[in-house]
Parts: sequence; C-alpha cells; structure tokens
Amino acid sequence: MDPSTALIVFREVLEAALVVGIVMAGSKGAPGRGLWVGSGILAGVAGACVVAAFAGVIQNAAAGIGQELLNAGILFAAVAMLGWHCIWMGRHGREIAQHVSAVSRAVVAGSRPLYALGIVVGLAVLREGSEVVLFLYGIAAGGGAGASAMLGGGAVGLAGGAAVGVAIYAGLMRIPMRYLFAVTTWMIILLAAGMASQGAGFLVQADLLPALGRTLWDTSGILSERGVLGRVLHTLVGYDAKPSGIQLLFYATTLLIIGSLTWILGKANPPAAPAARAA
Amino acid sequence: MQSRIVAWAVAAVIGIGAATAATLARAEGEPFVMTFKDNKLEPAELQVPAGTEFKLVVKNADQTPEEFESEDLKVEKVIAGGSEAEFTIKALDPGSYEVYGEFHEDTAKGHIVAK
Repeated sequence: MDPSTALIVFREVLEAALVVGIVMAGSKGAPGRGLWVGSGILAGVAGACVVAAFAGVIQNAAAGIGQELLNAGILFAAVAMLGWHCIWMGRHGREIAQHVSAVSRAVVAGSRPLYALGIVVGLAVLREGSEVVLFLYGIAAGGGAGASAMLGGGAVGLAGGAAVGVAIYAGLMRIPMRYLFAVTTWMIILLAAGMASQGAGFLVQADLLPALGRTLWDTSGILSERGVLGRVLHTLVGYDAKPSGIQLLFYATTLLIIGSLTWILGKANPPAAPAARAA
Repeated sequence: MQSRIVAWAVAAVIGIGAATAATLARAEGEPFVMTFKDNKLEPAELQVPAGTEFKLVVKNADQTPEEFESEDLKVEKVIAGGSEAEFTIKALDPGSYEVYGEFHEDTAKGHIVAK
C-alpha cells in the first residue's frame, strides 16, 4: 500500500462522498432515492473515465480554456440542481416531516425532484473522479510505486473517503425527523454556495471574469485547504483559505438567492394545511 | 514642399505604428515557462516582475498527466502528458508564490518569485 497514493485518492473521494452522504440524508424516506443516487454514482464514474480519457482534448478545447469551462459548467449545473431541490423542500419539506400517515407522506415525497439529487451526485463524482482516474493512470503508466502498491493505496483512499461519507450520513440520521430536513436543506445551501464560489474561481482562471481582488484574506496559516479538515470544510461550507472578491460575491449571492427563496416559500406554506398541497 | 510634408507625415505614422507594435510585442512578451520533468518542477524558482500581467506556460514533459496547482495564484489545471497549458497571471504583489504538481506533491514543488 502506497500512503501518498492513498492520501491523494482519499482527498478527492472525500469531497464526492460528503455530497453523497448529505444528499442521502436529505432524501430520507423518499422512495426510489437509492436508485437515483446509485445511478448518479455509476454515471459519474463512467463520465469520469470519459473525461479522463479525453483530458488532452478538453485541455486544448475552446482556445485552451476547455477544462475551466467544463469545471465551471459542472459546478454551476450542480448549484442549479441543489437550489431547485432546496426550493422544493422549502415548499414541501415540513409537510413530509409532519404528515402523520405514511401514505400521505409518500404522496408528497413521490413528487420530489429526486432526479436533481441524482444529477448532483453524478456531477460531484464526475468532477472528483476524473482526477482520481488521471492520477491512478499516471502512476500505473509511470510504473513508479508499482501497480499493486498503487492499487492498494487507491483502494485504501477510496474506502477512507467512502467511510467519511457514511459517517456524515450516520451522524445526520441521529437528528430527529422533525429537524432533519431543515438541517440538510441548509447544509445543501452551503454546499451550493461553495460550489458557486469554486465555479467563479475557474472562470477567473479562464480570464472570463475579473478576480475583484485576488486574495481578500489569507487564513492558510490557521487552516490549510490542503489538510483533511480544510478539505472537509471546503466541501461542506465552501471554505477557501484565500478567497478572491468574485468568489465571495458568488458565494454570498448564491446563499442569498437560494436561502431567501427556500425561507420565503417555507413561510408562505405553513404546515397547517398540508393536505391540499399534497395533491 | 507639400510632398515633403506628406512624406514626413507618412514617416511619422509608420514610426508611431512601429513603436506601438514594438511596445505591444513587449507587453505580450515572452511567456514565462515552468516544466514538469521526472515529476519535478523546473525551474524550482521562477523570477517574474511584480506589478505586471504575464503569461505563464506550464509544460508537462512527462508522459503521465499532472495537475498544476497553486492556492497562492489560484490556479488548478490538469495537464496531459507531453502537453502544455497557458495561464494569464494578473499583476502580482512582490513576494513568493507556491506552486506544485498535485499528483506528485512530494517532488513536484516550486515557487514563483515576483520582484
């Protein structure tokens, strides 16, 4: 087992695994969620292999900014899907949580946009997975650490990352059903804000957006993004040790738009008359 | 007399044009180059002028892919084996900026020093 291989694979898998864990918790009790999330993971892995195979082509596409555009596109698509799901949950979440009868709960839950979550999972796996595939391919082709050590390291990293995903899911499952969706919805909003900030970063790198200040502040001395905790927070709340102005702007705007829509729709839809809306 | 004025005017225009072209060429400049080779970054320290935008070309001379990354410069890009990528780096404050290859973090390390 090669420890540095394990660590790199772990870091990449970690981000996708956290997304999957939160999405699974946020869709507790929804029929067919396993199928959507499972299909998302499989499609993401397949897509990651395709992206890795065409890495050179993508890199040279669009006058050299193909990779930046692809990454930004993936991230913004995920933001849109997460946002749509949050807004839907703002309207219907409390109904699902407060319906006493399992049947009426299922009626509401059945109309839920689970495809949005499936797509988010697929996109997260696609983005992180393509790097893992390229990295492992590089080691295999380079013959540096030896194929078996590489495979061992990759497997350990994958298992470690997956374990963190399971852990966050298990942790969220301890939250009572009444509060669960409020918690997961806000976690998903933060997830989306972080992704929007990352997407803006790629557009700055492609020279399509101004940075509006390359580094607003620097907290890398306190918490580096390269460490495991930094990575976890990077995914969960969009932590960036050295954010640029435009990243902060995208972060705040996403938070504001999805957050306020979710909140307003939640307010406008008091759980007093859920039956009419369930239909 | 008139023809001489016209000749001077033409010469002046050509002169200004040539000077402008020369200035532009200098502004475009030769890109600064860093190369991944044997999973190391060469040169390990690259000197660049502070306060002006410049092009940075990162070549990957190895056969395997590498990810050029820098939190300091805010860049992150996979570069396929045997290819190169170009970055536009906006004016840097004087200082040292860490860059590395994420796939070989132990060996592929370097700095860009702006002066």
